[in-house]
Amino acid sequence: MNAPLYAIPGAPQPLAETVAPPTASTVAEVLAQSQVEDVLASLENSLIGLAPVKQRLRDIAALLVIDRLRAAHGLAAQAPSLHMCFTGNPGTGKTTVAMRMAEILHRLGYVRKGQLVAVTRDDLVGQYIGHTAPKTKEVLKKAMGGVLFIDEAYYLYRPENERDYGQEAIEILLQVMENQRYEDRMQTFFRCNPGFSSRIAHHLSFPDYARPELLGIARQMLSSQHYQLGDGADQALQEYLQRRMARPHFANARSVRNALDRARLRQASRLFADRDRVLTREELSTISAADIRASRLFQEPTEA
Amino acid sequence: MMTNPTGKITQGQFSFLPELTDAEIALQIDYGLKKGYAWSVEHTDDPHPRNTYWEMFGMPMFDLHDAAGVLAELKGCRDTFPRHYIRLMAFDNTRGIESIAMSFIVNRPATEQGFGMARLEGAGRKLHYTIAGYGAQRPEGERY
Repeated sequence: MNAPLYAIPGAPQPLAETVAPPTASTVAEVLAQSQVEDVLASLENSLIGLAPVKQRLRDIAALLVIDRLRAAHGLAAQAPSLHMCFTGNPGTGKTTVAMRMAEILHRLGYVRKGQLVAVTRDDLVGQYIGHTAPKTKEVLKKAMGGVLFIDEAYYLYRPENERDYGQEAIEILLQVMENQRYEDRMQTFFRCNPGFSSRIAHHLSFPDYARPELLGIARQMLSSQHYQLGDGADQALQEYLQRRMARPHFANARSVRNALDRARLRQASRLFADRDRVLTREELSTISAADIRASRLFQEPTEA
Repeated sequence: MMTNPTGKITQGQFSFLPELTDAEIALQIDYGLKKGYAWSVEHTDDPHPRNTYWEMFGMPMFDLHDAAGVLAELKGCRDTFPRHYIRLMAFDNTRGIESIAMSFIVNRPATEQGFGMARLEGAGRKLHYTIAGYGAQRPEGERY
């Protein structure tokens, strides 16, 4: 009756709009209709450790499912606040999780497009008066429908420089948020504006990885690059981690990645030295114990 | 006039249709974004057909993914110039095209004054015709 007499190119077919999705009455039915299970399973498999982060994501997914059920009963559901702040030591997976968060939230149905816009202070704060506001707004517009990821957010606020434009960027971010990492520095950052901390619903602290988790991460990194550990290399890697974790500036998974990169270099030059040998697939993809034990850490005597 | 029963200015796309709602505008924006166009908002109070270049409201918006960003800009323009003509333009930067691919009016003054035709008689009783908007006679800011 009220259907328009004209058709606009690009508009969905009116027929498709009238077909309502089948109503679900149990959690299992909603789960069957959505991809929530897949998302959570892939998260569980591909990220090692990070129990509090996974738990929070499960909670968010559960809320989505329950909201769908409530909607079927005509109960109003307000979109939950999904602003998150990630804190934790270097290399604990904050950026990795943030990069995947856009995809996860998109598949859970919380964001429309699911693009991730990763910015740092440079992309938000301008160089002269009147430069910051348009710059920040432009970034916000690009992030609409997806996730805005501000890496190293504590750099936005510089208390030592009172003429810094970072404050202005924060004000604009706050305005939009109304409709992240070293905790002490993040606390200084949150202190700059009392409204900031309360507008972020999810404060996620990334715990340091335990040694077995780091080993799992190392194996995952190697297998994704089609490498494997040779005889005794597993043991060597464990010993390496033990020594490395005791050293200062240990950066969790990032240190593991760097160690593996160096082991790959040593493996390459070991194979390179033997010019006339025919190298098998096995040899090309195996990192031996010697490649790991050649590390500087093993030359130094340990206190233990 | 029979060809334009609504008596509205007809420029760009959809101008013979009833006014687009915000939801319909969002669909058009999404369509353009999917094609990779960059949207921009322009406004004017002198909608003469030969007035090709309207005032820009903000910068053209590149690298957007969602219509919400353009709609926010459009809302800002409507709040600032509620009685101006506002149009959305989609720029296609494909090599060889590099031109406006979509353009449609999204805001009009409550009453549109239209145009008057002026006749200038030249040598040999030759007539030159031109049109001028009734509103354009008045100074800027008082036209609508």
